[in-house]
Amino acid sequence: MDLKSYQVGPFHDEMFVAPGEPRTHARAIADKLSQLTLNELKECKQTAETALRRLGITFNVYGDEGAQERIMPFDVIPRVIANEEWSYMEKGLIQRITALNLFLEDIYHEQKIIKDNVIPADVVLSSKGFLKECMGFSPPKKIWCHITGTDIICNRHGRMLVLEDNLRSPSGVSYVLENRELMKGIMPDMFQSGEIRPVADYPYNLSKLMQYVSGKDRPVMALLTPGIYNSAYFEHSFLARQMGIELVEGRDLVVQNDRLMMRTTTGLTQIDVLYRRIDDTFLDPDVFRADSVLGARGLFAAYRAGNLALINAPGTGVADDKVVYAYVPDMIKYYLGEDMIIPNVETYLCWRDSDREYVLANIEKLVVKAANEAGGYGMLVGPHSTKAEQQEFRNRITANQRNYIAQPTISLSRTPTLIGDKLEGRHVDLRPYILYGEKIEIMPGGLTRVALKQGSLVVNSSQGGGSKDTWVMR
Amino acid sequence: MLSRAAENIFWLNRYLERADNYARFIDVNLNISLEMPPSYSSQWLPLVETTGDADLFKQLYKEATAENVIRFLATDLKNPSSIYSCLNAARENARIVRENISTDMWEVINSLYLRVQNLRSDSLAHSPATLIAIFREIRNTVMTFYGTMEDSISHSEAWHFGRMGRFLERADKTCRFLDMKYFILLPKVTDVGTSLDQLQWAALLKSTSGLQVYRRQYGQIEPANIVRFLVLDREFPRAIRYCLIWINHSLHELTGTQNYSFSNIAEKKVGALLAELDYKDYDEIRAQGLHEFLDHVQLRCNDIGQAMAETFFLPVV
Repeated sequence: MDLKSYQVGPFHDEMFVAPGEPRTHARAIADKLSQLTLNELKECKQTAETALRRLGITFNVYGDEGAQERIMPFDVIPRVIANEEWSYMEKGLIQRITALNLFLEDIYHEQKIIKDNVIPADVVLSSKGFLKECMGFSPPKKIWCHITGTDIICNRHGRMLVLEDNLRSPSGVSYVLENRELMKGIMPDMFQSGEIRPVADYPYNLSKLMQYVSGKDRPVMALLTPGIYNSAYFEHSFLARQMGIELVEGRDLVVQNDRLMMRTTTGLTQIDVLYRRIDDTFLDPDVFRADSVLGARGLFAAYRAGNLALINAPGTGVADDKVVYAYVPDMIKYYLGEDMIIPNVETYLCWRDSDREYVLANIEKLVVKAANEAGGYGMLVGPHSTKAEQQEFRNRITANQRNYIAQPTISLSRTPTLIGDKLEGRHVDLRPYILYGEKIEIMPGGLTRVALKQGSLVVNSSQGGGSKDTWVMR
Repeated sequence: MLSRAAENIFWLNRYLERADNYARFIDVNLNISLEMPPSYSSQWLPLVETTGDADLFKQLYKEATAENVIRFLATDLKNPSSIYSCLNAARENARIVRENISTDMWEVINSLYLRVQNLRSDSLAHSPATLIAIFREIRNTVMTFYGTMEDSISHSEAWHFGRMGRFLERADKTCRFLDMKYFILLPKVTDVGTSLDQLQWAALLKSTSGLQVYRRQYGQIEPANIVRFLVLDREFPRAIRYCLIWINHSLHELTGTQNYSFSNIAEKKVGALLAELDYKDYDEIRAQGLHEFLDHVQLRCNDIGQAMAETFFLPVV
């Protein structure tokens, strides 16, 4: 492939400093790319797509004739991260998650951070994710956010920023693990030098974490899924398999004597620790949504009785609220006495008068987000929106100030992606996965999501994004 | 294991076995009819009647032509027991219980499913040549699946439930196909012993892959021996008794109950039917009436399915 014709453009490129000039840590992959012909590269892509289909790593769109399956688009050119860059990211993420966990423990107990006027009570208590039912209770080992997926971006100057935290069943790690397997199949020679840090011990670390919070030597562990019609079902099944734990649905569960049990062919077996991939409000129809069939009656009581550990703890949603996000730098200062290592994206809070005025006046330049939505929904990308859409969002902001934040449009970094017959730059972000158990462990790299549409900044798979393998070089 | 998972593996195997049986059966009958003179009015409706879906067929199709019957039994998704429907269901079940099957097993089913999806989008009415090729592929894939299951998972709960599903389905289908030939394809008195009759019996044996084995054991085709072979044989894998022996074996392995006793209703029902077959001979069957006897066995098989659900899949809490 001809690398000199690759357009870096007015963006920070992850792989190239200038046309034809790879960054130091990206030399190996750049060499490889220049050796491969276009046809060879396209064959790699074909191989990957066939494997994805064969393995069943698909999204389901259910029509009337059974599943219409689409594979999660995968680009064969990896995104590469330098060792120093990763060390910095690790330090920043560990700091952040430590503070978030302390925040959660605090607001469900004495709420000192509110009493000390660091965060307004209203911001916390009006958050959809704040559950009063969790007040006064500490989960095992006082760990709330066992699994976190924090989205990291780089701006046009290569400055790393935290875009948002995801503390409620963050998904995507199965794609990370499978993408790596795909790459090992496509470019095995690149892995022989051992310079690319492995990711395969994630399931092992996760099961160690689950065992740790159970407080038992050999706990019965299970993963709760909403079922096969959930778009992330593949991941639920995959992780359960990798960890060798039972995959359960609501209908397999029953609570007896404040103990969560699963129905087996030999009777009921107690579950000690449950990795639940359902929303807090669906956990227990006796306590939360009465119409939920995804959880079990009495599950929450079993949790509060100390007979069941839940990963992630219920109530963590308040910490990934986009309005609370703006206060994370203050949390780090308050709980750890430190300055934030990786900065937030500058954030305007629409319930603050001066912020709101600025947002309403400059909405066409900003990205506006609803506080509790996911998947890129409830979002306005100012520069790519119509006047009608902008007015719609102005109305929404005025009607529900607390629910909206705005951030400047960041020119995300780009990295070479195979588009048709050429290498073109596409915007990417990164979601590293942070496990908080006995220690905080971060899997090297994470999910690189790429916006496949030219010029698009929206990377979510539900809206036309794809993924790449992420290489953290030693 | 999870009750729900056990149930899904049980049904996964049942669906595959069903698809396999139908594929074999249609294949063989298609084969015979291709050699028949134009004066032979091939009987296709009996195939539908055998499966017990005649009512549904009549709702969906006017005439029992070869094309309609084959479409109904093979590719029509409005028939929940058609081959394609069974493969869809099998694959969904496999997806649900992926933690209990091996990756190899998953890939075998998934590949067949994807293949069949591609074929469907080509044309709903395949030519005989296409059908024959598809059926062969299905049979080979099911064989591969069973072989993979044999060697890639532990012979513990999942394996046992899978086998029980497979053998229960097989016993049921062998029963029905035997009944169909003997009773529904009622030969006119003048047809008995003719080459048509012989051909139809041979076709039945072929669809069980048992023609050669039968010939080695019994020689000439005679209805009495065929009944002995397909109903009472201890060693031929498609014989009804063989199936019940191994269902019984799996049940006892699962519960640890001693032989000649039972600890749940499934063991009781299987044990009773098996004991009946253990000590039956052909003359007794003939005296009872073959059709009545096969009917009786089929009903018992239904009971067994129900008993298994009660015992393992829907435990009362």
